[in-house]
Amino acid sequence: MKSCIQTIQDYGLRSIGIGERRLPTSDFTLCEQFTLIGSGMMWNIYFGILALITGFMLATALAVGKSSKNRLIRKPAEWFIFLFRGSPLFIQFFFAYFLFLSLKKSYPMFDAFTSAWLGALIVLFLNTAAYSGEIFYGALRSIPKGDVEAADAYGLTGWARFRRVIWPTMLRLAWPAYTNEAIFLFQATTLVFFSAFPAWRQEGDALYYASYFADKTFNPFIPYPILAFYFILFTLFIVWGFGRINARLNRHLPQAQKKKLRLRMNLAR
Amino acid sequence: MFSYCADPDALGTFRWFSCYLTNGVHMSFYLSFVKVLALLAITAPVALSFGFAGAMAARSHVPPVSWLGKGYIAIVRGVPDIAFFLFFVIALDQGFEWMRHQILCPDWTDPVRQGNDFLVCSNAKLPLGSAPEWVHQTYSFFLAVITFSIVFGAFAANVLYGGMRAVPHAQLETAEAYGMSRRQTFWRVLVPQMWVYALPGLSNLWLVLIKATPLLFLLGIEDIVYWARELGGTKTSRFTDYPHPDWRMWYFLFLLIFYLGFTRVSEIVLEKLMVRLSHGQATTGGEALRKQVTA
Repeated sequence: MKSCIQTIQDYGLRSIGIGERRLPTSDFTLCEQFTLIGSGMMWNIYFGILALITGFMLATALAVGKSSKNRLIRKPAEWFIFLFRGSPLFIQFFFAYFLFLSLKKSYPMFDAFTSAWLGALIVLFLNTAAYSGEIFYGALRSIPKGDVEAADAYGLTGWARFRRVIWPTMLRLAWPAYTNEAIFLFQATTLVFFSAFPAWRQEGDALYYASYFADKTFNPFIPYPILAFYFILFTLFIVWGFGRINARLNRHLPQAQKKKLRLRMNLAR
Repeated sequence: MFSYCADPDALGTFRWFSCYLTNGVHMSFYLSFVKVLALLAITAPVALSFGFAGAMAARSHVPPVSWLGKGYIAIVRGVPDIAFFLFFVIALDQGFEWMRHQILCPDWTDPVRQGNDFLVCSNAKLPLGSAPEWVHQTYSFFLAVITFSIVFGAFAANVLYGGMRAVPHAQLETAEAYGMSRRQTFWRVLVPQMWVYALPGLSNLWLVLIKATPLLFLLGIEDIVYWARELGGTKTSRFTDYPHPDWRMWYFLFLLIFYLGFTRVSEIVLEKLMVRLSHGQATTGGEALRKQVTA
């Protein structure tokens, strides 16, 4: 019987292809389940963080686009948001995978797109951009009129007004909802290896390993609670991190007026 | 399906598509859309009642009941719903089999869990090994419905709980002043008024439920995702009368459009419903309606 340290050395980085090649096949210990599922979390964190950062920039552009007066800018932004918010992420993954697969036949450069690390990341990026774009758009519309008028009075126009007044206020108003979106997105990353994207050499995410154990042992009562444990831990981490940013965004407000970050429940997408 | 499909000249013409799209397997594909709609039609009311029970429990003044309700609401937070789907399908199945096992085979001495196996006596198997195929399919569909209802019931409980708390307190105090009991206040004053507050959340939940239906595929149901993958895959003339290259992309594009359309129609209907429910309510929406009439 291997000690737990040995198991961690073997399987701690298994999900990115470092360590023992073969997965355990029988007599699973609690330590093995904890290590492998935790190892899979690296994929969830990778997808979550990269999609969030890239999606944030596109979301800002989409929100500005959707509130534009120019039809040629507004309509594409509206359609983009509707397309990604109105259809299931699961189907988006499937469609994107098969789209990349058929593109690969004609253009070999699309080879990387059919693997999860890039293909699924692109889908998640576009998806979260649409959801956050809608949140930011809502925030843009509820910016107090006085703030913008004050900016006008100070002679701020165009980019300077956006950069110094509108954008920070938008972020401040959108932040609680955006925290939710981050939690959503992080949970949505579990769908990657359950849709079309193949887990190359059994290098999958946390849910991939959890269901591997559940399938092998016919006992769902151990791996899924472990997965839940990791996810709750990381959700708390997101809430903490976003709470810090929220405090910084609101630092100029009088203490009594500061609203604590109230989180709405999260939903599947 | 059409008579001209027997004519080989139809091959390569546009008419061939009408033959292709009406062949037997495609009928199963279309039938699976009915399956999805059936799931929605059953799950929505069941989940709503689960949610109502959960919200009522969370409001209870008996601490254990209130903990139970709040725990039910809280448990789906923070954990991906897909993990719940995968978990409940096995857990429910084993739970049912275990209960039947306890009742039907009392003299069975071996433990139910032996290593990596879950063993119950053959009488307790669900469905029975000898059952026809449709029973197996119905049973797995039934499990999927319960799973969806439990998960979405928790979401609905959260929304309804919020709706109940949003009803102005003065309304409840007035009811009390008229001498209504707690139960009467709940059913006659709180429940009729809470819907308008809960509706935005419930509409959102409905849209989310629509978008969760393709997860049926993960629960082992032959749903639209299953058929789209099956039918779209490369077919050669050895295996089928309708050989074609890899068309999965087009099948999934169709599913994408189906869901977009479904979402759009739902949004329009829910908007109409909101207007109806806002009539005579003490909210800004109700106020706007009142002004429209008087103006």
